[in-house]
Amino acid sequence: MSDAGWIRLAVIAAAVLALELACRLGYVDAFTVIAPSQMAAALINVLTSRELLIEISASLLKVAVAVSASVTAGIVIGIVLHPMKRVRRIVDPLLSSYYALPLFAFYPLFIVLLGVGAASIILMGFVTALGAMVLSTLDGLDQIPQVLTKVGRMHQMGPIASMLRLQLPAAAPYVLAGGRLAIAYAFIGVIASEFILSGQGLGFEIGFAYNSFDTRMMYGLILFILLLVIVLNLVLHAWDDRLRLRRRPVRD
Amino acid sequence: MGRSEKIQDAVILVAGVLAIWQCLYLAIGNSALTSPAETISKLIGLLSFDWFWADVLESLRAMVVAAVLVVVFGVVFGVLLGLHRLSGSVAEPVLATLYALPKVSLYPVVLLIFGLTVSARIAFGVMHGIIPVMLFTMSATANVHPVLVRSARVMHLPLRRVVANVVLPAAVPGIITGLRIGISVTILGVLIGDMFASKKGLGFRLMNAIGNNDTPTIMAIALLLSVFALTVNYLLVLLATERRLRAAR
Amino acid sequence: MMAATKPLVSSIAAPSQQGSSNALAHVEVEKVVKIFRGAKKTADVHALGPVDFSIRRGEFFAVVGPSGCGKSTLLDVMAGLSRPTAGKVVFEGSQVLGSVPSGIGAVFQDDASFYWLDVSENIAFGLRQNGTDPEEVRRRLDYAISFMGLHDFAKAHPAQLSCGMRQRMCIARTLVMQPRLILLDEPFGALDQQTRLLMGEELLRLWRETGASILLITHSLDEATMLADRIGVMSARPGRFIDIITTGWPRERTSEIVSDPQFGAINAHIWTLLRKESLLSMRGQQGSAENRG
Repeated sequence: MSDAGWIRLAVIAAAVLALELACRLGYVDAFTVIAPSQMAAALINVLTSRELLIEISASLLKVAVAVSASVTAGIVIGIVLHPMKRVRRIVDPLLSSYYALPLFAFYPLFIVLLGVGAASIILMGFVTALGAMVLSTLDGLDQIPQVLTKVGRMHQMGPIASMLRLQLPAAAPYVLAGGRLAIAYAFIGVIASEFILSGQGLGFEIGFAYNSFDTRMMYGLILFILLLVIVLNLVLHAWDDRLRLRRRPVRD
Repeated sequence: MGRSEKIQDAVILVAGVLAIWQCLYLAIGNSALTSPAETISKLIGLLSFDWFWADVLESLRAMVVAAVLVVVFGVVFGVLLGLHRLSGSVAEPVLATLYALPKVSLYPVVLLIFGLTVSARIAFGVMHGIIPVMLFTMSATANVHPVLVRSARVMHLPLRRVVANVVLPAAVPGIITGLRIGISVTILGVLIGDMFASKKGLGFRLMNAIGNNDTPTIMAIALLLSVFALTVNYLLVLLATERRLRAAR
Repeated sequence: MMAATKPLVSSIAAPSQQGSSNALAHVEVEKVVKIFRGAKKTADVHALGPVDFSIRRGEFFAVVGPSGCGKSTLLDVMAGLSRPTAGKVVFEGSQVLGSVPSGIGAVFQDDASFYWLDVSENIAFGLRQNGTDPEEVRRRLDYAISFMGLHDFAKAHPAQLSCGMRQRMCIARTLVMQPRLILLDEPFGALDQQTRLLMGEELLRLWRETGASILLITHSLDEATMLADRIGVMSARPGRFIDIITTGWPRERTSEIVSDPQFGAINAHIWTLLRKESLLSMRGQQGSAENRG
């Protein structure tokens, strides 16, 4: 591990230790924040509770569906939109402000359309992730050096061959980066809608724990989400590193 | 591109959105949507009530405070982390992870700490916005091309001048992009705070309307919020493309 | 020379000595003009022409001219990447219009490496595209890799190579398609002087081995004079040939031709013509109206 890594570990460990001490010594009110050791114990409870694990996997399944749908739709929309210069110019303000829009305000609409169930939650995750996917795909296609298109024509490639064998592989790093964002956003969308208006899932469980004054359970669940995000980030980062060689050479 | 073309594009966009909205309304019906015309008239109606304005101002106050906090602390810490490489590389993965974390999972913690006060709503906003501002500012500061710094030092500028007169101006475009994203999500964060932590504010009104199945109000508030968010975003984009602030390349 | 491996192209008639009168024109550029239509409020840009010349089979033809004079536009039109506004290009008897005819290959100045593939996959790209028989792909790939000296890097990715090696890879990628006409647009522009000279020698070797006709666009006078059988000197924009100079070099030449007394004379002559054009180009002015094609 690098120097920075060690320092980071030390800082985090120090912070956790400080919090532990503050809680144990009574500086922090136990109704608000519990000691990290107790959070860890609560996490173990979560991981060993069958009912919770079922709820959690239900949430994760929704995220997976939302991700698959948004990645596919995002790539297709990106490919279709890319050559349409005028349309892109017109739509651009909307696309670049996508994440400034109060997307959650459309959640009631989804509920009326699809009912208070998994479908509207998945749709929320889908809509939240879609923007990032479309933007990343467009970005990836935009950055393809013009000379590659010329080479494609020198090899007499038709539009479909060009898209499949030249443009998509060239845009791949950006599209994959978009996929990573899509995962993060879909996760946020699903958890958020479960929290707001739902009777099941990880997001709901957190809200329920809060409302029932079950602070331990609440922190256990929060810690679980945090760990999930960390692990996911590490995995995706490692995967990204492996693809490093296939990136566009950086000119000096 | 000429101004008339830009105006043309904007008109087509607005017209397109309204048209799609109207079609969706015709397809889906009254229960889920209201037509553009109805929504706009409902909104105008709401805006004539004092209590509605009270809500709007309530939200606006919290948003402004949150935005100022995000800008000041986000940029200052971002610059410091960007200048000091080691701190920057220590902090970066932590910030990136927090960025990907569903802030929703931290709401209960904020509520526990701040209670159902305006501070909670401001905290929500800051929580959402400060990370992107810090990340972008850090990145922009650290990525200022070394040749600029070298040139400044060759001119015998003292370090603080190098930072203030060369590094910071060069980093401004990246910082402004971060501000754009950060302020936008800060606004959303405060709104969500309204929904959970308050008996006042636009978010609260929205939750109310959802509870009452009051579709016209839901749509009217959503419209107001969208227009507001897009306007703020547009103003920040204008700021970003302001000639004096653009990095000469 | 690669005695153990077969040469790439065996069907083209061996190029005769310079000056022979029965060599057929391989590609003819007849009064080609290219004007880029401006958008609403911008003026049209008369980039090229009229240009009128031809390249004989197996000839090495260089084009030199100041920046922005339209040399790249000429290549685009000859390759079929761009349609001429007026005039026509005829390659092996058929007109080149809108699409790239088979038998023409091109190497560009910008880095055109397919960065997601390794070197072997890059080079074999065109062949696999066409569904060439795997045996044949293997054969040509091996030949091109050893010819261009890329054997140690066959499995590397472009990101791991130097600019010069990437350019050699791009040349190899064109080579395996066995083009009869090779167009090169300042292929060595991003390289340092020494590498350029050596790459020039490689280009000559390539030319002799394949017997292809070559059009090389370059802004380096030394390179043009050293490598070419004939040199077209282009004016500032709109590009037109001010003069076409025959060098008279033997086919078996190397970079050491620079010590030939003729070399200096030819270079001096080109510069006399070019100096004025370069000044005009630098000042953003129009090129001379003199035209000898």
